[in-house]
Amino acid sequence: MTELSAPEKVPFRLSMLVYDRRYRSMTFQVVVFILFMAIGWWLVDNTLRNLAIMGKDFNFSFLWQRAGYDIPQTPIPYTADDTHFRAAMVGLLNTLIVSILGCIAATVLGVIIGVARLSKNWLIARLMTIYVEIFRNIPLLLWILIILAVFTELLPPPNAFRGENPTASMILFDSVALTNRYTAVPTLTMSNDPGSLPLGARITIDWAVIAFAVALIGGWLVRRAINGWAQRAQDRSGRRPTTWWINLAVMVLPSLALIRYFGIDLIEPELRGFNFTGGMNLQNALVVLWLALTLYTAAFIAEIVRAGIMAVSKGQTEAAYALGLQPNRTMRLVVLPQALRVIVPPLISQYLNLTKNSSLAIAVGYMDLRGTLGGTTLNQTGRELESIVLMMLIYLALSLIISGVMNIYNARVRLKER
Amino acid sequence: MSDTHAETVAFVRDTMLPPVPPPQRQAGAVRWLRENLFSGPVNTALTVLGLAAIWYLMAQSWDWLAHSVWTAGSLAECRQTVAETWGDGARGACWAVIRERWNQYIFGFYPPALYWRPVLAFGLLFVALAPVLFSEAGVIRRWVLGVATVGTLAALAATSAPMPWLVAAAVVMAGALLLSERGSGRLLIFSVLYPVLGVWLLWGGSLWGPLMVPLGIALGWLAWLVVSRVSPMLAVLAGIIATLAFWMLLSGRVASDAEGLLSLALRPVRSNLFGGFLLSITIGIAGIVMSLPLGIVLALARRSDMFLIKTLAVMFIEFIRGVPLITLLFVASLLLNYFLPPGTTFDIILRVIIMVTLFAAAYMAEVIRGGLAALPKGQYEAADALGLDYWKAQRLIILPQALKISIPGIVSTFIGMFKDTTLVTFVGLYDPLKSMSDAVRANVAWKGIYWEPYIFVGAIFFIICFGMSRYSMYLERRLARDHR
Repeated sequence: MTELSAPEKVPFRLSMLVYDRRYRSMTFQVVVFILFMAIGWWLVDNTLRNLAIMGKDFNFSFLWQRAGYDIPQTPIPYTADDTHFRAAMVGLLNTLIVSILGCIAATVLGVIIGVARLSKNWLIARLMTIYVEIFRNIPLLLWILIILAVFTELLPPPNAFRGENPTASMILFDSVALTNRYTAVPTLTMSNDPGSLPLGARITIDWAVIAFAVALIGGWLVRRAINGWAQRAQDRSGRRPTTWWINLAVMVLPSLALIRYFGIDLIEPELRGFNFTGGMNLQNALVVLWLALTLYTAAFIAEIVRAGIMAVSKGQTEAAYALGLQPNRTMRLVVLPQALRVIVPPLISQYLNLTKNSSLAIAVGYMDLRGTLGGTTLNQTGRELESIVLMMLIYLALSLIISGVMNIYNARVRLKER
Repeated sequence: MSDTHAETVAFVRDTMLPPVPPPQRQAGAVRWLRENLFSGPVNTALTVLGLAAIWYLMAQSWDWLAHSVWTAGSLAECRQTVAETWGDGARGACWAVIRERWNQYIFGFYPPALYWRPVLAFGLLFVALAPVLFSEAGVIRRWVLGVATVGTLAALAATSAPMPWLVAAAVVMAGALLLSERGSGRLLIFSVLYPVLGVWLLWGGSLWGPLMVPLGIALGWLAWLVVSRVSPMLAVLAGIIATLAFWMLLSGRVASDAEGLLSLALRPVRSNLFGGFLLSITIGIAGIVMSLPLGIVLALARRSDMFLIKTLAVMFIEFIRGVPLITLLFVASLLLNYFLPPGTTFDIILRVIIMVTLFAAAYMAEVIRGGLAALPKGQYEAADALGLDYWKAQRLIILPQALKISIPGIVSTFIGMFKDTTLVTFVGLYDPLKSMSDAVRANVAWKGIYWEPYIFVGAIFFIICFGMSRYSMYLERRLARDHR
């Protein structure tokens, strides 16, 4: 099969398409292409015939019909009179909310557990190993169901917090109330509200949010400039000017000023009548899903962090000490950059997994993208094909965006090999 | 140095001192505690924190576990027993539900008279797996086969299997045990035929139906053998065509004719009766067995020099990895009707297995691609230098090493896939976790029982998945060829 090339002057024969290495791969690709097109054509043809038999067509105009169902958690204004498209967008935002909350919490918890697993303390290391093994080897769905059962079966109803001697008490310095119907958390108020900026389609963004964003980004830019100046001063004179208090002031003071200007205050939830008012009542579906995703993904992140730290050889730390670096600068300048190179790619893929796993919202009735577009909309309009295709495309786009960001990061931190 | 001072030393001891035990604080448990738990203020605080956490968990659950009730007909009866034994207000676990619904958790709604069939299929699974998993370790293989034989025969007797089947199982398993002593190679034939046998035992019907699959492959091989004398390239084509033609055109008739000649039929069992761990393990094993080869092919395709092949592989892998498994399962349950010729339907479990396989294969491909990329370039060049063609190089040099590197990733993909089999609940199948527990709670006797079913199902998943990860560690050690 692998007769090597014949002498140069052999004229082209048809059999060379198969036997000559120069042409064989081309032949193979053409065959595969034809097969691929044939299968694709077969599928499309089947779909069209099936649609014709069912008396349906393939179009997305149903997205602009009235949705007619309510969604408990709406990050953008939404009523039952809005379109299916807007419902899908609400669902997408809900997916993003639980995913982002989950990624943040899972990272924090995962780093703590991963570091604790490397602890010299025998007991802590063992406990964390048990945590990781238990959470990694049991399906996520089970954790969702168990936490859901804790919330619905074990937690007290809101009125248990009532009276002189309530049977239930709030946690975290009386700021959070876990009940079996919702979770009451504190929220922020503004006494000097500057209103909000309409972005069209009834989506608005508070001027206060914009002001804070500007203050933080501005502070960060100023801080970069100051650090650059300090670096230049150090290069010139060998002495680095003390900048930490300027940096701190630049980062913190504008925000403090804004808080004072807008009169921002924290309101804690308070029991009035049968329900908590004042704060924000988070849907338990969100809290349950968020907790389960966090606990589950944290176990995986812990392993990634542990592997990353162990991947930096001890010699690196010792070399840094030999150069006279302080432990904290050793960590910041030598160990972390190398560990992060190992940690970040799998970490991002855990974020991707978490985002995809958030579709298990179906188990708690959280209205995410699958709940709206792939759930109620699908059932109401009977447009399975369009709904599922669109839903998959949106998830795919989300994943591709996240992995695109990952690739950019990877390219930046890759070892410069020469 | 010591020489120069030797003469100036005033005193030299001329007898050995008897060895003295180390100080109390530096020996035994005390030293271990000091080093590992109380080496400093931070460590001590952490230890106290850990102990507090353990104490809290124990305080929360100890009573409940200690007051377990194992025999009762309903949750109310459980609570009554607990109250009678331990006083009013005592809480206790009610494991009686597991005892009562054991069969349902294991077999789903499979006809009780036929329970022996899944049991036999599961027992024979060990015979099929042992030569693959423990090909080099005779002792472990002997133990696995021995325990599987005894366990299967006991379970078959307990599920009142018909006598001929019991005897046949005993003969097959004892024979396998004997054969395995002579080496694992011969048992591999059984491993190859096992899928046919497993499908037949689980779903029933005629054995000739599933037999058509290997028969088609055998025919294709025969065609390849015959034509390869004429032209090796055409032979591959002939083999594929012969196989496909046999499956599509002839297999139905042949199967029914053969059934007419010699009836090998078991009572058929419909897919919607499958449930519990039977369903999970069926989907899991089928997915594992099929996703590995598919993943290898995809990984090779993604690293191929051929542009079109590479593009197709990248598109497929990235698409599958970009969407949640739930959406793929919805495609299997809702959309396949659109993509297949009008009027075709096929089994929902088969659809789910296909989707789970594709899903796992895409992840597997990435894991294996990592292994291929980690292989030193010299290995590829050495294969080329030996004059091996592509497939020989892959088979003899590249893949054995690449797969060895990727064992941990492969096994964690398997574990992930097995855990994901619980998601079939959302397309209406009876997985052991959600659907089955809901079904149990739907009965008025067990209304409101949450923790016991979840703990039971979680424990079984934990045992299986933890076992798989331990096996991967064993395999890594076994295959390690570097001498450190």
